[in-house]
Amino acid sequence: MHPAFSVIFLTTLIGAGQGLFLALFSTQVYSEFDLLPGIGDTNFYGIGAAIALALLIGGLISSIFHLGHPERAWRSAARWKTSWLSREVIALPTTMAAVFAYGLIHIMNLDSVAFTHGEVSLSMSLFVGVIAVIATLALFLCTAMIYACIKFLQEWSSPLTVINYFLFGTASGFTLATALASYLGLEQQTLFLGGWAIALTVVVFVTRSASLYRNSRIKHKSTIQSAIGIRHNKISQNSQGAMGGSFNTREYFHGKTAMFLKSIKFIFMILVFPVPLVLLSAAISNGNTDVLISAFIIQFVGLVAERWFFFAQANHPQNIYYQTV
Amino acid sequence: MTQLALIIDLNVCVGCSACVTSCKEWNTSGPAGFMSDDNPYQKDPTGTFFNRVQTYEVGEFPKTETVHFPKSCLHCEEPPCVPVCPTGASYKREQDGIVLVDYDKCIGCKYCSWACPYGAREIDEHQKVMKKCTLCVDRIYDETLPESERKPACVLACPTNARLFGDVHDADSEVSELIREQGGYQLMPEWGTQPSNHYLPRRKNKITIHKDELVRVDNPLNKEQKEHHKPVDGSVLDDNSFI
Repeated sequence: MHPAFSVIFLTTLIGAGQGLFLALFSTQVYSEFDLLPGIGDTNFYGIGAAIALALLIGGLISSIFHLGHPERAWRSAARWKTSWLSREVIALPTTMAAVFAYGLIHIMNLDSVAFTHGEVSLSMSLFVGVIAVIATLALFLCTAMIYACIKFLQEWSSPLTVINYFLFGTASGFTLATALASYLGLEQQTLFLGGWAIALTVVVFVTRSASLYRNSRIKHKSTIQSAIGIRHNKISQNSQGAMGGSFNTREYFHGKTAMFLKSIKFIFMILVFPVPLVLLSAAISNGNTDVLISAFIIQFVGLVAERWFFFAQANHPQNIYYQTV
Repeated sequence: MTQLALIIDLNVCVGCSACVTSCKEWNTSGPAGFMSDDNPYQKDPTGTFFNRVQTYEVGEFPKTETVHFPKSCLHCEEPPCVPVCPTGASYKREQDGIVLVDYDKCIGCKYCSWACPYGAREIDEHQKVMKKCTLCVDRIYDETLPESERKPACVLACPTNARLFGDVHDADSEVSELIREQGGYQLMPEWGTQPSNHYLPRRKNKITIHKDELVRVDNPLNKEQKEHHKPVDGSVLDDNSFI
């Protein structure tokens, strides 16, 4: 497939935003149960939610560039019963609204006890947070299923696609949350979030390697024989039905050499996994904010490369009809 | 239930592209607006087409065969492009099974084209909506046309009758009969899309002739000739049996 930067930035930006929100919420839950010290007057959750919302909005803006008719985008919520894209169109604003409400409660200091049962009391922000977590997880599922549900794009059609989208988003979000906690001088939170960022990065290294291994030995079901229905081992194409190329030759081919693809894979395997892992491990204990911020930026750049590779590697069966591109 | 479809006979298609031009001519002048072209008379011409003819060479020289392969939307019975559409712009008509795009609802997200394994959909680079073969839906029901012309433009244009149009759900229709009797097949059956359009394979007009078939064994002339030129020495079975 031809990687579209609008979709690459949509998926990477909202992934980081969702991950950042999940990091904030887990920190807050740990604090509620006194497993982490309080955040004092740093307003960690409020600032974090603002950044998460900014990332989600950035993704949304980026997605607009993918549409031929953005003014009709409101229509795209119509077919949520059958279309994962339609479900994503519903899940994204829902997540944004929930994260906005969560951030607003923290920034405006509106938190109050929403619910008490005996000794246990649930604050308003946690209640809103749970809704936002559900929306965030639903959004991860919708985004990934857009790709995983197309069964003949065999490189995408795997549960690993969903797992990787979730883990890449959370890994980058937790890395960003670590940098934010360190910037606000929250030592315990930096250690806690940094530990999770490292763990998530390691796990996603395993699952992404698994999907790379799966894709490297994938056997495509469609062949030129099944595509044109002629049983002969040797079939070559003389004409493609277009002289100067067509939508079919532009949309489904990345147009780069195998060497270029390989180097992108190498770049993202370095930038997403080992470099952030080294930077995180080195900086979470001494609270070096600059190093943690660079860990996030490097990982994010790596994720953009990873997403480019994700699209470029998918081999659409229609390409069989365009053998000489 | 009706399922309109095209049957394409690869045995007689000569790859003249008359179907391509007449399709473009009819559909670019239709109520749905033009079909964009870029650089039509310059280098690298490109544009939107509903139908294209490709050419394949099967086999290795000298045993080769050229197959012209017209390719358009197959109007699948289980169209994977329809459920993925977020707006409902892409739909399959209940009454005749034609898969259509509502150009006023399409947001141009291209997701349906990703979900079509045949690459049958093309985005119009200027109108920014997804386009595909409509089976000339604005023509086949037009009662102002004589009945013989209520067919897709490509079918009417084909000089070798390689394109046939009809209801593949009606067992007695001409197209159903052809599919049954001439081995009509579907493209990429492995994805369960059940394309309605069928292709008829190349057919060989071969006849196997054995050596003994070249000479008529019981030819009475042979018998006379044999007797005339080569008299049998002594008595044969016939001589004795007629005594």
